[in-house]
Formats: sequence, structure tokens, C-alpha cells
Amino acid sequence: MSVVLVDYGAGNLRSVASAFARAGAATSITVDPAVVLDAPLAVIAGVGHVESAARGLEANGLDVAIRERVAAGRPVLGICVGMQLLFGPSDEGGAGMEILGGAVRRVRAARVPHMGWNTLEITQPAELVDGLEGEDVYFAHSYAVEPTDDSVVVAVVDHGGRIVAAVQNGSVAGVQFHPERSALAGARVLENALAWSRSA
Amino acid sequence: MVKKRVIPCLDVAGGRVVKGVNFVDLREMGEPIDLATRYSELGADELVFLDITATLEGRGPILELIERAAAELTIPFTVGGGVTGLDDARSLLRAGADKVAINRAAFDDPSILAALADEFGSQAVVCAIDARAGEVVTHAGERARGRDAVDWAVEAVERGAGEILVTSIDADGTRNGYDLPLTRAVVAAVEVPVIASGGAGEARHLAEAFGVGAEAAIIASIVHERPERLPELKAELKEAGWNVRT
Repeated sequence: MSVVLVDYGAGNLRSVASAFARAGAATSITVDPAVVLDAPLAVIAGVGHVESAARGLEANGLDVAIRERVAAGRPVLGICVGMQLLFGPSDEGGAGMEILGGAVRRVRAARVPHMGWNTLEITQPAELVDGLEGEDVYFAHSYAVEPTDDSVVVAVVDHGGRIVAAVQNGSVAGVQFHPERSALAGARVLENALAWSRSA
Repeated sequence: MVKKRVIPCLDVAGGRVVKGVNFVDLREMGEPIDLATRYSELGADELVFLDITATLEGRGPILELIERAAAELTIPFTVGGGVTGLDDARSLLRAGADKVAINRAAFDDPSILAALADEFGSQAVVCAIDARAGEVVTHAGERARGRDAVDWAVEAVERGAGEILVTSIDADGTRNGYDLPLTRAVVAAVEVPVIASGGAGEARHLAEAFGVGAEAAIIASIVHERPERLPELKAELKEAGWNVRT
């Protein structure tokens, strides 16, 4: 199983690559749209703002490759900002690729960023979050997705209200938390993602 | 709700972990990645690597250590100490640190907080504030800066810091408990998570810090001496009704 991490210039991807390697996948990091298009699983990770991330994707034609993958039903996983990039306009400025409907809103809670371990509540059965009901995973974000269609939501957490933690819709999936920094529960998510991508 | 965090701090000097009492009397404690991995297995929620001699010696932080930690650790880690400015902080984050803790460099040039938040997001930017009797001190506690620590915390958040790590130099290494008035004042003044640091000796001290609103608490010597103390601490906190990960 081979995982390609999309390098659009938004931070260090080695921790995510290492986590996928621990989950048993061969990983590579690329700026090449052709490689992104062909990969068994394409992962969009990274940190920072949706706006600059979207610009980074567009600069190398990576957004086109990701859209083509989605159109062909090939699996794409977004992590943190990578998940936000699957959605539309962000309160932070800019907009994602609108592969899934909805906006990215500032977290409304007494303490922002939403920082630390929070407990997953699975809202519907899905490969990505299999076995993760009640498990703690690590969040570090100030903005979160609000999908127009709630049926894409597969897990939520509570921080001053509901925060969407994971989405899965056909060959598109995303997690707001950091599986590469979520100990054993995070490893389970990545193993699930690999299994899902083989069947998606 | 998001859980209260217990964060072992590994003070690093010359590639080894040390922990001082009142920032002096350093004793060697062990190899950083080994200890970090052990703490991760024992339930640490995050880790901090603090290069405590870097500011004094003008030495850059150890990027190789960060690269190894990024690849090998499965929990988040913050790197601080010796961050001289924007380029330095950027290099730490690019090497794989989840967050960077900036102390003197941010105090001397607050604009770097905004620059880092713009590039990496504010969740990656921790403003570390050392205080003695409520006043900001820098250079490992050696230089008083004539500014109220709470006042500086407020500005740091306005500038882009996503967390405030507040260390009481008075309490550090004493094991007599965190500086609760200082922690409480910072918590009340900012809306980002506040990490209490300096003085942890027992579970009750962490509970006190959480009680005044800290989202996280730093521990060091009490677990460096006996790492098995970490899960015990968390079990005691849970028993006392705190929402911690066990």
C-alpha cells in the first residue's frame, strides 16, 4: 500500500509520513500532480491557513490532480487544514476546494485554539472511525468545518459546542485532529484509512 | 470537553536532559528521545523540549533532535529555548516541531508572533513567559524586564500566540506548587489556553493549577526521577474528578 503526501509548502510532513509508515504503508512526499493523481491514497496534511494552503495547491496544479482523483472515485484523506481544504469559504480568509459542501468557521468556545485531547463520539458507522468510539485524539486548531450535509459527518467532539472531528463521503475523508500525534488511537485511524482506501 | 493536559518538560543542555532548582544546580537526567518515548508510553499528553542553555550561550537549538522526535514520537511536542528570532523559530517548526515556545525573542520583537501565526497558525505559537514576583524576566531568570507578566501575556495573544506558557521562577524546582495568583491572573486576562509551569511536586499542585483555570500543567523533576509517577499522577487527578486522559 502506497501513500502519497501532497506537498504544497505548508509545514513539515515527516511526522505524518512516519505515522503512515508505522501503520504499514510505503510513503512518499511529492509536489508532482501526476504522482498525486496516480497514488493509491493521496493525503493532504499540513498546518497554517486555508487561504495560503489553497494557493500552495494551485501553484503546482495539485488542486486539479486532487479534483481529478475525486471525480474518478479515488481516495483522498485530509488532515487538519487538509480536511478544511475539502470544504468551502473559511472565516480565516480564502476558501478550500469545495469538494464537500460547507464552510470553515472559527471555533466558538471559551478557549481557542481548541488544543489538546478530546473524546470522539461516533455519529454513524464508517470505516475511518471504526473502533474509535470514546477514544481520545489530539486537536490543535482554531477553525473547524461546518458541512451543509450532516450525513458526511462520522465523528464529533464537544468543545463549547459540537466540533466536527471526522468526515467520510465516498472516496473523500477528513479528520480535524492529528492522527500522527494521537498515540494508539491515531494509529488506529491511519490503519482504518488505509483499509478504507483499499475499498473506496 | 477537551481534557486537562499533563506535560513533562525535558530541559535539554548539550543534548542531555537536565532539570535545575531555581534554574541552577543542573543534574543530568538522561537521553531526550528515550525519556520522551518513555513518557509517551506512560501517558504524557504532550512534551516540551526546552534548550535551557541556548539563550545564555547564544547556541542554536538542536534541529537533529527535533527531526528524530517528529518521526518517532506519537504525541505532540513543543520546542523552546534559545529561539533567537523569526528565522530560528521557523526552522524549528519546519524541522517538525508541533509548536515552538518563544520567550525573550518575542518579548524583544513581538512582531515575530504574528509572522509565525500567519505562516504556521497560532496553534503552533506558544509564548513562554518567565516571571518573578509578577514581573517578566528573561535570560534564564537573570534579567528583569520591568513589565507586568499579565500585561505582556495579553499583548502576546493579540499578536498571535495560541498558548501562554507561564513559568514562575520563584516556584520553579521547589516542588511547593505552582504560582497560583500569577496563573489565575493570566487565565483571566487571555482567551487562549494557559500552561502553568514551575513548582509541581504532587498531584494536588496540578489540581490547583487546573482549579485556577490552567488548561495544562508542566511537570519535570518529579517524573524525571521516577517516570512511573506520571500515570500515578494522572490517576490521582482523575480520582479527584479532573477530566484527564488515562
